[in-house]
Amino acid sequence: MPQNTIPDGEALLLPSGEPIQMIDADGGAVEQGGWKEPYVRPDDARLLSGYEHLVLGRRINDQAGALVRQGRLAVYPSSHGQEACQVAAAMVLGSEDWLFPTYRDTVAVLARGVDPVAAFQMLRGSWHAGYNPMEHKVATQATPLATQLLHAVGMAHAAKLKGEDSVVLALCGDGATSEGDFHEALNFAAVYRLPVVFLIQNNEFAISVPLSQQTAAPSLAHKGIGYGMPGERVDGNDLAALLAVLGSAVDRARGGGGPSMVEAHTYRMQSHTNADDATRYRSDAEVAQWVPRDPLTRLGRHLAAAGLLDEDVEARIAAAAESVAARLRDGLNAEVEVDPQDLFAFVYTEPTPQLREQSAFLADELARSAGATIENAEGGLR
Amino acid sequence: MTTVSEPEFRTDPAAPAGVPSEARAAAAPAAAAVERLTGVQTLTFAKALNLAMADAMEADSRVLVFGEDVGTLGGVFRVTDGLTARFGTSRCFDTPLAESGILGMATGMAMGGMRPVVEMQFDAFAYPAFEQMVSHVAKMGNRTRGQVRLPLVVRIPYAGGIGGVEHHCDSSEAYYVHTPGLTVLTPSTVADAYVMLRDAIASPDPVVFLEPKKVYFSKAEVDLDALRARYTAEGAPAGESSGGHDDGGQAAPSSTIGTAVVAREGTDATLIAYGPSVATAIAAAETAAAEGRSLQVVDVRSLVPFDDETVCAAVRSTGRAVVIAEAPGFASMAAEIAARVSERCFHSLAAPVLRVTGFDVPYPAPKLEQFFLPSVDRILDAVDDLQWED
Ligand SMILES: Cc1ncc(C[n+]2csc(CCOP(=O)(O)OP(=O)(O)O)c2C)c(N)n1
Repeated sequence: MPQNTIPDGEALLLPSGEPIQMIDADGGAVEQGGWKEPYVRPDDARLLSGYEHLVLGRRINDQAGALVRQGRLAVYPSSHGQEACQVAAAMVLGSEDWLFPTYRDTVAVLARGVDPVAAFQMLRGSWHAGYNPMEHKVATQATPLATQLLHAVGMAHAAKLKGEDSVVLALCGDGATSEGDFHEALNFAAVYRLPVVFLIQNNEFAISVPLSQQTAAPSLAHKGIGYGMPGERVDGNDLAALLAVLGSAVDRARGGGGPSMVEAHTYRMQSHTNADDATRYRSDAEVAQWVPRDPLTRLGRHLAAAGLLDEDVEARIAAAAESVAARLRDGLNAEVEVDPQDLFAFVYTEPTPQLREQSAFLADELARSAGATIENAEGGLR
Repeated sequence: MTTVSEPEFRTDPAAPAGVPSEARAAAAPAAAAVERLTGVQTLTFAKALNLAMADAMEADSRVLVFGEDVGTLGGVFRVTDGLTARFGTSRCFDTPLAESGILGMATGMAMGGMRPVVEMQFDAFAYPAFEQMVSHVAKMGNRTRGQVRLPLVVRIPYAGGIGGVEHHCDSSEAYYVHTPGLTVLTPSTVADAYVMLRDAIASPDPVVFLEPKKVYFSKAEVDLDALRARYTAEGAPAGESSGGHDDGGQAAPSSTIGTAVVAREGTDATLIAYGPSVATAIAAAETAAAEGRSLQVVDVRSLVPFDDETVCAAVRSTGRAVVIAEAPGFASMAAEIAARVSERCFHSLAAPVLRVTGFDVPYPAPKLEQFFLPSVDRILDAVDDLQWED
């Protein structure tokens, strides 16, 4: 990327006049206009690979919804409509980088390589994390809003102290920007000039509360300047624009240029979770306005026009997504085996004497109970 | 038009943290680096903590110290004095004023392989960090089935007796001991200040390290060489097997974590205390001795894990117990100790376990704290109530 046209000072910190868009809702290319940085559209091969992830992400969202209805998952906060943000967040990172996701970001977690059956264990209720964060450098999906942003800052701080050039990408929603930890994270990241990219998925709602009740700022991206870090806004349903803008922020972070925040303007097409009823706070007409802006159809049209996507390719991509969905289905339909001693095994590196006592108590209770069928119940922790 | 602008105050690109401008560094009198004391020394409690951090940082480059005013100033109680001068601003540094930020960042740094030792400036100012403490610091290891452990220490000056204004004297231990996943320690002697902080830093699990402000400047003679001999060159307690993880055994004998100590021998009744109350209990035992009653004092020092064995053995040996703590007594650490001792030692007890604690009121203004804090007289009155007539 040519560096000589990137602005200095305040002009870099403030977002571009409009959210960056590269492919419009009909799949047409958008010419640069009013962008503060010379963002470069990813080539079509990269976009095609992104499209495969989008299709898979949508399929996973649908599958997870079905699994909730079948009682296999407790609940699912769907990212339907936000798949471009999910996929871009994973695609702009290298294998040594870290992702810090929220509960809504399962598709991003999978796009980074985490096994789908493992990732869904949290919502299935068998254990809190589901996957080993160290394996793919994906932190556990955070539920306490904005808290993970500080962990991302710490991870980046550690990388910087160790002299590594890895980058951390942290996700949060628009509602989470009102939390104190959001402020503290951005401030710490900027003060220490850490390699963190904050991606805010502005899907217009925090459960039922619209963005207008979270902030009076001109945009969330405008908050960047208050911390001394570049803020940018991007069409959150345009994978090309997301890859370009996030890629630029990641490059800057990796090069020692410090943190950035990116506000991706998107829309939560479904209820907050399956347990929520969105009709209580928004109209069907409002939701309908966002259907034509869908991230999949838009990129599909673009790739078809470019000659990269025909029925055969589309069928192959759909089949690949279907096989992952089937694996998820099978994995979650299999009965889950839990070991009651897991209650005690991991609270401390070594269980305390009190936990050993309680573990023995439970083991004894299970051994005595007539219906006890659980293996390994005898004897408690070893 | 260049690339990204560099903030002006960041003069040393190699220094990641809290770097003062060169101009300011030149103007300020340079803080002396922590000295390399050896042998038998008379130290304050604060100095013992300071040396523990210096030695741990020397032993392990992953150990970092940060918080509010801990760098150039050396902490409001000077506990981190000279660490920045000795180890540089990437090892000991000031943070922006945000306690959740400090602890949340420490969490991420620990995930990233560091061993952060953070300071909360005062007990009540640790509350903004409570969500990080309870929802992440305490739970990360369990959440990830042990795949992500957080070897971090949160140092918190706590408790009263110093005439502090509101928000500077809380005994906040109950919040932490009630949170599974946290180890909670509180030393009461100069030697323990050193050893327990090093044990805390060496722990693979997060430790809330409560420092009784009242004793920061009390002094005692310690043999630093002997204390240091408890640790390997890498900083681990020497008694621990190198792996520490997989032997499934009890905590290594050389770590103080999970161990109480008998601070004073006695035969008639047992005073169970911790932190700032240990000195009060010992003073009460001395007064009682003059009056012909022999009181044993147990210093709990490791609130979690709790050493039932030592505490109960002590109580069984005397048959009477009084638990002493500054915090309001309702639903407190003292309540837990009294309940545990009653459950476990019932058949050895000649009297109900009594408690001498703070009243169930917010920590009082300085002119009232004398009426609130457990005192020698109040402890001796409680001892008098332990059904001696039988
Ligand atoms: C600290 C905290 N407060 C409240 C909640 C309950 N809660 C879960 S999600 C949510 C809305 C979050 O909205 P937003 O940040 O916009 O993300 P989205 O769910 O839209 O992806 C709320 C209030 C929580 N998880 N954590």
